Amino acid sequence: MLSVLLIVIASIFFTGIIIRTKSLASGRKGPGIMQPVLDVIRLFRKGVVYSETTSFVFQIAPTIYFASVIMAMLVVPFGQSRGVLSFNGDFIFFAYVLALGKFFSIIAAMDTGSSFEGMGASREALYSMFAEPAFFILMGSLALLSGHTSFQEIFAALHIGSQISYALAALATFVLLMIAMIESSRMPIDDPKTHLELTMIHEVMILDNSGFDLGLIFTAGYLKFAIYGALIVNLFIGVIPYQYAIPSFFAIQFVMAVAIGLIESFMARFRMSHNPQFIVALTSVSLLIFFGVLLILQKFM
Amino acid sequence: MKAYRQQRNNLTLHSITFVVQHAAMISVCVIQNSFAFLIAWEMIALTSFLVIIFEHEHIATIKAGINYLIQAHFSILFLMIGFIWVASKTGSYDFEAITSYSASIPVSASFMLFMFFFIGFAIKAGFVPFHTWLPYAHPAAPSHVSGIMSGVIIKIGIFGILRMLLLVKTDFTSVGYLILIVSLISGLYGVMLAIIQHNLKKLLAYHSIENIGIIGIGIGIGCIGTGTGNQVLAALGFAGALLHTLNHALFKSLLFYTAGNVYQATHTMDIEKLGGLIKRMPQTAVLFLIAAIAISGIPPFNGFVSEFIIYTGLYNWLSDASLLSLLAAIFSTMGLALIGGLAMMCFTKAFGVVFLGTARCELPSSCKEVPFLQLFPMYILAVFIVLIGLFPVSFISLLSQPVSLFIGTGSLMFNASQLNALNAIQPVSWASWILILLVISIFLVRRFVMSRHKISTGPTWGCGYVASTPKIQYTASSFVRTYSKLFAPFLLIGKHEEEIHGIIPSEGKYHTHPYDEVEKWLIDSPLKLNKSFMGRFLFLNNGKLQFYILYGVLFILAVLSIPLIYQNIYSFIGFLKQL
Repeated sequence: MLSVLLIVIASIFFTGIIIRTKSLASGRKGPGIMQPVLDVIRLFRKGVVYSETTSFVFQIAPTIYFASVIMAMLVVPFGQSRGVLSFNGDFIFFAYVLALGKFFSIIAAMDTGSSFEGMGASREALYSMFAEPAFFILMGSLALLSGHTSFQEIFAALHIGSQISYALAALATFVLLMIAMIESSRMPIDDPKTHLELTMIHEVMILDNSGFDLGLIFTAGYLKFAIYGALIVNLFIGVIPYQYAIPSFFAIQFVMAVAIGLIESFMARFRMSHNPQFIVALTSVSLLIFFGVLLILQKFM
Repeated sequence: MKAYRQQRNNLTLHSITFVVQHAAMISVCVIQNSFAFLIAWEMIALTSFLVIIFEHEHIATIKAGINYLIQAHFSILFLMIGFIWVASKTGSYDFEAITSYSASIPVSASFMLFMFFFIGFAIKAGFVPFHTWLPYAHPAAPSHVSGIMSGVIIKIGIFGILRMLLLVKTDFTSVGYLILIVSLISGLYGVMLAIIQHNLKKLLAYHSIENIGIIGIGIGIGCIGTGTGNQVLAALGFAGALLHTLNHALFKSLLFYTAGNVYQATHTMDIEKLGGLIKRMPQTAVLFLIAAIAISGIPPFNGFVSEFIIYTGLYNWLSDASLLSLLAAIFSTMGLALIGGLAMMCFTKAFGVVFLGTARCELPSSCKEVPFLQLFPMYILAVFIVLIGLFPVSFISLLSQPVSLFIGTGSLMFNASQLNALNAIQPVSWASWILILLVISIFLVRRFVMSRHKISTGPTWGCGYVASTPKIQYTASSFVRTYSKLFAPFLLIGKHEEEIHGIIPSEGKYHTHPYDEVEKWLIDSPLKLNKSFMGRFLFLNNGKLQFYILYGVLFILAVLSIPLIYQNIYSFIGFLKQL
């Protein structure tokens, strides 16, 4: 339960911090940190416009997308405390329930009959497909290292002791961070602030959503970020008592948000054709983690 | 072409063979004698051929049927070699003899024996590289037959492999690794080719190959578990494989049946010509959607449960000590994850292009929802898909008997409460319940909030462009363009292009037709070689009656004279041996 609470709190500020960082980096004052949440509340109060082309799929898709993110949030633990749902292989459920949300957001984009949204849908399907093996190998390596197969047990059993495990934790952080970037469509995969529909991925898929539905999609996006942030935090706080763990949770989330803001301020998005290479490289990094784990366990004998 | 229902003569033959086919399939599963087994197996092949060629006025259908018939007989050939091998050594056609014989010979020989059976059944099941009949037979057959073929007949191949695993005593570890590798290749190759298909039923046929791969991964790790004495791994592998067999039978039949509805309403299977069917055929669309989610292995439906068990098996395997098995486990996991991602891409494409958006070509005016009686069986399938997803525990307990056959001793009773690794199935079903409740409650909140606001409709946002036509929509090919460029080394896509040129532009054309690399190298090239070799003897076939009579006379002379001079030949050989 603790993790759900923390993730919700973090998600309220997370996107605001990114936007604030970006505006400060570009020399502007920028909106308040709460602005994204206020935007969502405003959207919840608005009417909606549906395209004539769309069917009921378009209307239920944001709901299912949002529900899938909530479900994913429920299995994420926080240090010693379990997630609301915790079972052997819960990370498989985590990945696949997020896939349910993606499935619906993709077909909702196809439902509008717009070529731009189809383009976004195609890219989303391709990139999330490439990102999946990286996640499964990462979790497999951690499962091998810790001898457990559920999020909470894995994270509780992870001891960052030797130097090589520091290296592994760094690599794992990198992989999770990049998966978070792909999943939430941020730089360097996707640029949420681009002005041309042709170069968007996620933003272009939701061009036709409005009102409550758009609010749900935004909220789900904020939550997704905080969920991956929580996973990264979990890599480090295994057995630390709560009075240190909770502040460090917020500290890491804050650092992550600032880092994303800085990356987005000083970096350009990759060329679309380079994205798959980048994401496949992520799989190799997670394979590297796997071999690192084999080294630790002295399997190369 | 006339509607199926008006082709009375055709229908009579079709119905008779359909019943015989089912009888043969049931008998294959109960027969314990290899001789009778082969007869039933042959009956399946022949009746399937007859039911496939229902639309026999199309030349492509006949070709697909003959292709199937030939490959089915290759399957029989391999089985026959296996059975006769055993029968010639033991003199018994009983299945028991296979067990006793294979236990008495060295492991390498029994491995060979198993390979004959495996190839024979793998042709039927559609493992790569024995899959080439599937993508022809499934689209050519009427959709109810495609559903049966994909749902049941290729599962008979899986049944055969499982049966032989019980009968042949051999080194299960190496058998397991072999099946695992073949299955991983099948899974990846099947889905990779499925994505680029334009024909809806061909797409589904390639997807069957993918799912056979997933089942095979389960069987493979199960065998490795049996071979290395890791009972938990064996139980998880075989349970996942068996459950996925059932699941695939459910959702793949449903997909083929709904594809049949689409074909009946629109008279085409080319997905580039379809679109927007959800408005004309809402129930078919929902059924297709349920099956599509299930086949992508996404919760809360049944596909997730069986894939979850196989994943659990793979992660369980990671506690094994040896480096080889660790590598195999991690690469299988990677493959399975990739298969899942590709399947999602494939079915978002199929559903999105066929049912959503607007029609890309003009649909016939008669295009409407099929009658309820036709939809009823599909609803039954859909109900089972949902039930297995929501109550997996009760279905898994049904598996306990077959699975305990494979893991041997009764010391580990297979059921969810006793097998620690399967503890997770109960929470998974709770999670599915929570997911569904969450969706419903959010949807109700949404409805409540929206009821107080204005809801209006307008055209799709065209980014400033207002005169959009259905042609502008993203097509299936454009949806997978980036993918097909990335995977180009594995795919074989023929292109036919006529560019637009001239001051007054001529008409431009662009065709792509996907082909199968394995088929090209395994079927087409040897056939071509064979044909060029046989062509050397064409002079014999010169069309003159006198020559044919001469051949006949020569043949009769040879038949008569060989026994007469047999003794001489025999003594000549004896003479040669003395030298």
